[in-house]
Amino acid sequence: MTPLINPVTLFFASIFTSNILLSNFLGMCSFISISKDWKSSFGLGMAVTVVMTVTAAVSWVVLYYVITPLGLEYLSFIVFIIVIAAVVQVLEMVIDRASPALYMSLGIFLPLITVNCAILGAILFMQIRHYGFIQSVAFGAGSGLGWWLAIMLLAAIRERTEKNPVPAGLKGPGITMITIGFMAMAFIGFSGMIAVQ
Amino acid sequence: MKKNKALSILADNVWTNNPIFIQILGICSTLAVTNSLRNTMIMTVGVALTTAFSSMTLSALKAAIPRKVRMIVQVVVISFYVILIDILLRAYLPEASKQLGPYVGLIITNCIIMGRAEAFAQANGPLLSFWDGLTSGIGYMAVLMAIAAVREILGFGSLFGVRVMPEGFATWTIMIMAPSAFFLVAMVMWWAKTVQAKRAASPKEAKK
Repeated sequence: MTPLINPVTLFFASIFTSNILLSNFLGMCSFISISKDWKSSFGLGMAVTVVMTVTAAVSWVVLYYVITPLGLEYLSFIVFIIVIAAVVQVLEMVIDRASPALYMSLGIFLPLITVNCAILGAILFMQIRHYGFIQSVAFGAGSGLGWWLAIMLLAAIRERTEKNPVPAGLKGPGITMITIGFMAMAFIGFSGMIAVQ
Repeated sequence: MKKNKALSILADNVWTNNPIFIQILGICSTLAVTNSLRNTMIMTVGVALTTAFSSMTLSALKAAIPRKVRMIVQVVVISFYVILIDILLRAYLPEASKQLGPYVGLIITNCIIMGRAEAFAQANGPLLSFWDGLTSGIGYMAVLMAIAAVREILGFGSLFGVRVMPEGFATWTIMIMAPSAFFLVAMVMWWAKTVQAKRAASPKEAKK
C-alpha cells in the first residue's frame, strides 16, 4: 500500500525501526541457540544477510514473472520455500568454489538457514506490502543486516553476562529472553525516527 | 499399553518437554500475534493441526522418502498443509487472515513441526505421530494463550476483544509492543523450570 517508499529509507528502517527479529520475532530459533558463541553468531549473521538479499531479489522475480502471470498465488508458499532452498544450495556451491576459507566458516550455517523463519518472513512481507524490485532488495539486505546486528549484540551481551549469578530457574534461555526483551525496548527508541510499516 | 503410551506422550509434550519453555522451538511465527487472544488462538490451532497432519503424513511416507532429500520433502508436505490452512482462513475468517498477514505462511518454518517430524515421526507409526504432533501443538497453545491473555488484558483491557477491565483502566502500552512478549516468555520459563526443579527434588511428590 506504500509502493513509493524510498529504498534507502526502507533499508535503514528494516535495520533499526522494524528490526525483523526484535519487532517481528522472526528467526528466533537459531538466534537463541547460536548466540552463545560470538564467532558463530558472526558467521550465521553474515550467511543470513547474504541469503536474505539474494532470495529477496530472486523471489521477487519469481513472484512477478512466474507466479502471478500463471495465477498460482496459492502455491506461493511452496515456491518461496523451494526458492530459498535452491538459493542456499547454489550459494553453498559458489562459496565452496570461490573461497574455501569462507566456506569453512559459513558452510555449516547454510543448511540451517533454509528453515530460518526470518528469510521466509522477509519474503512474505515483501509480497504482502507490494514492494518493487529495488525496495525488495533493500528490504532484504536491511532485514538481514538487522538480524546480524541483533545476534551480534546478543552474543556480546551473553558472553559478558554468562558468569553472572541468575536465579536457578532463569538460567539459560530464560535470562536470554529477558535480555532480548531489553534489546527490543532499546530498539523501540529508534521508532521515532522513521516509521515504515 | 497403547493407551499408556498415548498418555505419556501427552504429558511429555504438554509439560515435561513443552515445546516452548523446555525445547524453545517455534517461538518465531506465533509470538508476534500474541497481543490478541483471538489471533493467537487461530495461529496456534493452525500450528497444532499442521504439526499433527504433517507428522502423520511423513510417518506414513517415511519408507518411501530417500534420506538425502528428506528435508525438502518434509518442507513441501508442511507447506501443503499450511496452504490448506491459509486458504481455509481466507475463505471463512477473512478478517483474521488479513490481520495475521504473513504469519500464517510462517507456520511452515515453525521449528516445532520440523522437530516433531524429525524426532518422532521418523521412528513411529502414523497414528501415534498424529497424536504426538497434536499434543505438541496443545502444549504450544497452552503457553502462548496464557501469554496472549496477559498481554491482551493489560494492553487493551479486554479478552477476545470483549472489554473486561473497568472503564478507568490505564492500558499498558508496553504490553502491545514487542518486548513484553519476550519478558512474558521468560516468566513462563522461570515458573516452569522452578516448578519442575522442585518436583525433581522431591520425587515422592511427583509420584503422588
